[in-house]
Amino acid sequence: MDHPFITAMPNSGWAVEARGLVKAYGGHRAVNGVDLRVRTGTIYSVLGPNGAGKTTTMRMLATLLRPDAGSARIFGYDAVKQPHIVRQLIAVTGQYASVDESLTAYENLILFARLLGLGRAAARRRAAELLEQFGLTEAANRSLKQYSGGMRRRLDLAASLIVQSPLIFLDEPTTGLDPHTRAKMWDMIRSLVKTGSTVLLTTQYLEEADQLADRIAVMDRGQVVAEGTADELKTSVGTSSLQLRVLHARDIADARHIVEHVLQVQSHLTAESGKITAPMKNADQLADLLIAFRTRGIPLVEISVQKPTLDEVFMSIIGHRAAQDAPPESERSNGAREGTNG
Amino acid sequence: MNASAARGAGPQLKHAAGFGQTVRNSLTMAYRGLLKIRHTPEQWFDITLQPILFTLMFTYILGGAISGDVIQYLPVIVPGMIVQTVITASIVTGVQLREDMEKGVFDRFKSLPIARIAPLAGALMADTVRYAVATVLTFTIGYLIGYRPEGGLAHVAVAGTIVIACAWSVSWIFAFFGVIARSASGVQGISMMVLLPLTFASNAFVPVHTMPIWLQKFVHLNPISHLVTAVRDLANAGTFSWDLAISLTGAAVIVAVFAPLTVHAYMRRT
Repeated sequence: MDHPFITAMPNSGWAVEARGLVKAYGGHRAVNGVDLRVRTGTIYSVLGPNGAGKTTTMRMLATLLRPDAGSARIFGYDAVKQPHIVRQLIAVTGQYASVDESLTAYENLILFARLLGLGRAAARRRAAELLEQFGLTEAANRSLKQYSGGMRRRLDLAASLIVQSPLIFLDEPTTGLDPHTRAKMWDMIRSLVKTGSTVLLTTQYLEEADQLADRIAVMDRGQVVAEGTADELKTSVGTSSLQLRVLHARDIADARHIVEHVLQVQSHLTAESGKITAPMKNADQLADLLIAFRTRGIPLVEISVQKPTLDEVFMSIIGHRAAQDAPPESERSNGAREGTNG
Repeated sequence: MNASAARGAGPQLKHAAGFGQTVRNSLTMAYRGLLKIRHTPEQWFDITLQPILFTLMFTYILGGAISGDVIQYLPVIVPGMIVQTVITASIVTGVQLREDMEKGVFDRFKSLPIARIAPLAGALMADTVRYAVATVLTFTIGYLIGYRPEGGLAHVAVAGTIVIACAWSVSWIFAFFGVIARSASGVQGISMMVLLPLTFASNAFVPVHTMPIWLQKFVHLNPISHLVTAVRDLANAGTFSWDLAISLTGAAVIVAVFAPLTVHAYMRRT
């Protein structure tokens, strides 16, 4: 399988190069100076909570939105100055169904195939292939109003794959999907990269970024707050991660104090399970901790040292920022940090 | 999938859509418009039920009072009703354009390497089919209740085509509202406010000499009156009148003014 488009790129190294992207709505800077570099042939994930500016960033890269400042290059072509060229290199699947709700699935695919320059017969053939591949053949002539969320998502992705573009943008491709459909979607995304495309996807799910992405940018409040491979991000919060639970809820505050004192780091509390987590530089510190708990007489239910999950990276990055911005008195209350992720 | 992977190969990359592509894309978008019309029968109301109902109501309720008897009124009301219905139907172009631009599918249109004007051009093209349906239907219902246009079928066909052409021109105005307005219901509101006085303060339904002098002056200036007269002359007498020239000139002026305005606003919004 050869991919002529890759060799023909003026800048074959980077599929996306964005510098200092800014987009403001009113006085609010939805995107506030974002830099992104996506290497050709990789899966890149932009991870962040709702309202972090992921979609706005993606829309600027995909020529759908004009940046207020900064530049975006797609395979070396300027997204603002050469939009028509960029559009020949990209496919976009939006967060909300970017298909025509008043048409059937088959008609949608025919419509987009014709717009992309396929002839009548070729369009019909391609539509049938895609419907088959995405398991929509039976529902092909049904109104989209009767489609489930998962079926719409599948059709949406199918419409982006009528011709396989060198760069594919997927805005939260699996939000609201059941685990089975999500796994299938992941397989499809992986196969896209195997057949020569570059994929930039946004997601709220850490697991998704961890599973799929070669590199991850963590966004919060319009900025990239961390960037790297999943492993790099995990290492950045410590080589290992302490997890512990105390027997009595009344001891939680004391326990966190001990952890922070012994390890000299910030601890985090998962509100639902009452689990305290903290990054550890050195697993040997565990002995000191156990002694401290024995001395204070705080009984433990569970204690373990693990490799940190991406969840903790996320919590520690976003949590810190929330704490910095919060007024000092609320910083002391335990629940405040976890509550401000949204 | 591998067969299609060649898309975007360097040498083929184009800076803009050419003329041929613009026409092809617009025709494809017009095809989409027709599919939409087929799939949303609830939007047929204004081009099917409404002309039938209005023609029957006006004819049987007002015919006797205005023209002495129902048959005498038909040559007056049928051309008037056609103009009123078809011109009013052109509002839908603006409303639907606004609705469309707010939908997710528009993002995909914008991200495709197609002529940017295609969604607008396609919508305007597809709507001429709606006008044709309304025109044929109103003439047919008129015929069924006894209207026999003296001009003959050929002149009736010419008259119908002229109404459709004028409605298409007027639809540029509503397309402009559609592009600049904040919401679809806003477009509907503004458009109805403009059109209702225009269609009723004309010679479409009643003889002008029954109106007060100041209103008569307005009616004579009203472009709708000229179009109605042109259609009557064609359908009832088979003559091409001055009003026809005035109507077509007016339509051309509207397109000359609103097409660039709409296209400009549309390009800025998309």
